[in-house]
Amino acid sequence: MKTALNEVHKELGAKMVDFAGWEMPVSYSGTLEEHNNVREKAGIFDVSHMGEIEIRGENALKQVQYITCNDASTLNEGQAQYTSMLTPEGTFIDDLLVHKISTTRYMMCVNSDNKDKDYQWILDNKVNKAEILDKSPEYTQLALQGPASKDILQELVNINPSELGHYHFVLGKICGIESIIARTGYTGEDGFELYFTPDHAENVWNSILDKGESYGILPAGLGARDTLRLESGLCLYGNDIDDQTTPLEADLAWIVAFDKNNFIGKDALIEQKDEGISRKLIGFELLEKGGIPRKGYPIFKNGDKIGKVTSGNYAPYLEKQIGMGYIPVNLGSPDTRIKIKIRNRKIEAKIVNKPFYNRK
Amino acid sequence: MYPDDFYYTEEHEWINKEGYIGITDYGQKELGDIVFVELPEENEEYEAGEEFATVESVKAVSPVYCPVSGSITEINSDLNEAPELINQQPHEDGWLVKIEIQDETELDELMDVEEYKDFIGE
Repeated sequence: MKTALNEVHKELGAKMVDFAGWEMPVSYSGTLEEHNNVREKAGIFDVSHMGEIEIRGENALKQVQYITCNDASTLNEGQAQYTSMLTPEGTFIDDLLVHKISTTRYMMCVNSDNKDKDYQWILDNKVNKAEILDKSPEYTQLALQGPASKDILQELVNINPSELGHYHFVLGKICGIESIIARTGYTGEDGFELYFTPDHAENVWNSILDKGESYGILPAGLGARDTLRLESGLCLYGNDIDDQTTPLEADLAWIVAFDKNNFIGKDALIEQKDEGISRKLIGFELLEKGGIPRKGYPIFKNGDKIGKVTSGNYAPYLEKQIGMGYIPVNLGSPDTRIKIKIRNRKIEAKIVNKPFYNRK
Repeated sequence: MYPDDFYYTEEHEWINKEGYIGITDYGQKELGDIVFVELPEENEEYEAGEEFATVESVKAVSPVYCPVSGSITEINSDLNEAPELINQQPHEDGWLVKIEIQDETELDELMDVEEYKDFIGE
């Protein structure tokens, strides 16, 4: 599949890769440059591969509440929330952002490769008088991220981006085009995500690049998106969270609303909370050179294999080799020495607090 | 871009008559930003086609194969601190190792510059 901007990316000289069936730009000028540019200036990402599922009707909230673990009843119109859909065992089906557009309309932004599964799951767990719509083809999604984002956006929209709170959104206009303008992102940086009709994708994309030029904006690809989210300690579905892991193990207890009425996975999580988790997701950094830690590499402590890396890479802004992985809960806390096996060598590492990077 | 007097492999390594070995400009572009290089030790011997080094970009781990047989006489230790030299100057300061070529006729098995440009479609 191709996004509405496929040709635009190619004209910009992007290196294209297959990502869950989508032909997507992995980099333009280079992942390291794009990454640091988002930290210091701004970057624009085409993330139209992401899915949008809308829940509508008088029982829209009831539906959202039943299938997600965070408490959507706390949302005002124009607020977004990080949450997850769980199996009855409390493991992840997907992590997502839910946006309350109105009391009868919620929009969930979900991972592209999970979208069909998510949609079917919601249908299978449909609440009476709720309407479930896959709106993905109707949205182009762009992520404008970085400290200069609000100034760039200011020149193109009919709202004041500076007044938009973190995890708030409005139905506004960009370049005269109706758009959801949300102060959200997946980079650990200030930024915005824009959802609008694909007919105008090229116009909006080019306008952002034009207005952003004097701020030093660069187009950024999925390579930088991945290193930015990792450096910010954000989980990626399929790596750090999946249908074998729970929010409690993934250090995401804050998205589980235990005091909320019944939701799928609640009983299992209460049981896990009472018994205590046996493993947890930790962050680590390498203490010596020896390679880049990557998904699947074994983690050792005192000669014993205690876990596996779920995500790892070079952190371009921190200039460190970092990663995450699950280990038994009693075997490590920050500063604990561990080793990561890279090819045939065990490389010295230590457990560190997440996020690795905190914006100033 | 591609020096006339280099020899090239299908895996995008280059070697010159002096025995310097590196990754071609096309190869480094394919790899993307290189962030780690694991080089062999001096005096180690490799056969043509044998893996002798590893480069890691933010995207992937890639083996590097020895274009001809021989023993390593020098390694580019600058790459330990500055692996990006491979991206910046793939045919110059980004060289990986120098090898003592055992049998110069092995060079003839490799592509010359024109053949390599055809191979990569340039």
